[in-house]
Amino acid sequence: MKLHLKIWRQVNNNSKGKFINYDVDNVSEHMSFLEMLDVLNEKLVHKGEDTISFDHDCREGICGSCGMMINGFAHGPGAGVATCQLHMRSFKDGDKIVIEPFRAKAFPVLKDLVVDRSAFDRILQKGGYISAKTGGIPDGNAIPVKKEDSETAMDAAACIGCGACVAACPNSSAMLFVSAKVSHLGLLPQGKIENKERVKKLVAAMDEEMFGSCTNTYACEAECPKEISITNIARLNKYFIKATL
Amino acid sequence: MIGEVFISPPKNNINTNNLVTAKIFSYFCNDKISEMNIFNSYLTSSVGKKILMSLTGLFLCSFLVVHVAGNLLLFKNDNGEAFELYSQLMSTNIFIRSIEIGLFFGFALHIYLGLHLWNQNRKLRPIGYKKYKLSENANFESRIIRLTAVFVLIFLVVHLRTFWFEGRFLGAPSIFELVKVSFQNNYYSWFYVLSMLLLSYHLKHGFQSAFQTLGLRNKKYLLILNLVSFIFWFIIPLLFASMPIYFLFRK
Repeated sequence: MKLHLKIWRQVNNNSKGKFINYDVDNVSEHMSFLEMLDVLNEKLVHKGEDTISFDHDCREGICGSCGMMINGFAHGPGAGVATCQLHMRSFKDGDKIVIEPFRAKAFPVLKDLVVDRSAFDRILQKGGYISAKTGGIPDGNAIPVKKEDSETAMDAAACIGCGACVAACPNSSAMLFVSAKVSHLGLLPQGKIENKERVKKLVAAMDEEMFGSCTNTYACEAECPKEISITNIARLNKYFIKATL
Repeated sequence: MIGEVFISPPKNNINTNNLVTAKIFSYFCNDKISEMNIFNSYLTSSVGKKILMSLTGLFLCSFLVVHVAGNLLLFKNDNGEAFELYSQLMSTNIFIRSIEIGLFFGFALHIYLGLHLWNQNRKLRPIGYKKYKLSENANFESRIIRLTAVFVLIFLVVHLRTFWFEGRFLGAPSIFELVKVSFQNNYYSWFYVLSMLLLSYHLKHGFQSAFQTLGLRNKKYLLILNLVSFIFWFIIPLLFASMPIYFLFRK
């Protein structure tokens, strides 16, 4: 199939970017979205032009690198997929596709579609950890954990920190990301003890990094490639109230 | 080795727990994360502000229940006698009058926080998207919450000017007559109905949103929350809207 792409090009953080149109021919429906961009980049290399920069690493939906806005959706259309898992069969011959970087003050554009998401790392450094070494793997059932709690914690731990929640949120809020960490670390015995301190640190760090506040539109949940639930945000709020009262 | 993953990064914040001055300082500044207390956590943090927003919102919702219950007396076929008594009680009872002050502060804080958060959030995406499909990810009422908020505020000013201000400060002899005359005006009545429709959208998002912000929206309470939410976004605005319509068609 043939596609008409409108891609955001920006030389670096200090320069002004703009959209440039590209046509790509012979796109197979079996290609992933990133492979389609690879094909376009190869074409650009042959022409001697600057290739389009985009983040990617594992290309199997677990690293969280490949974030971009595709036709108004973070990671493109379809639920529960990262850009690398998005296949070209989701598009039709002759489609126009607008590709933009994730937009947020906290995610400055470095080049083209690449944004600096180190704000997430800094948030985690402030409180997204368990401060004591918890040792090796304990014997099974040595510490009883409710099945529901372990499942919820594991579901939250599925967060890959891709930033789609921030990109999709009208307020550029990182609440889904932060709340996933709160649930992931706070529901199991090793992390429970530090819940109160952790939630306060994470919220303060989130504000410091210039992420917005949550207005409960739940767009983040709809766009999350790992389908992290907004009940985590409710849990964060609950822990925050407990920690501050 | 799995346990080794969770190694704490080096901490460089100095423990100032025992220093009184540091404590007082931290009370007014938000620079020490570990010193977050009730004062600064609710007035400076984004989550704290949202919690205040939801608490004031729910307080205002409780007022709606009292207001609609009293106003139902308008439907009593006694030429406004019962309603007149009720409005007299409302303007003279010391308990009601003191709650009225709380109500003003509730409104003021809710409006202020709404404006403040909107102003803060709108700066956080300096370059917008060329294509942004929020409409497919978020429901209608949550997307128009600011629009409905502004409209409800305009309504509130008009409403207070017509009834509350007239009755309290200009000494209108009969509130019932005032209601009757006002609602027999076509434009005024339909403005009310439209306002109630927008209030309904405001509450449809706001009510359940408040519980999410208070951490009470989970699977266990979702059904009951949706039921109570239905009363607030559907039944109460419907009852309010039926009042101008009743007077409009009775004339």
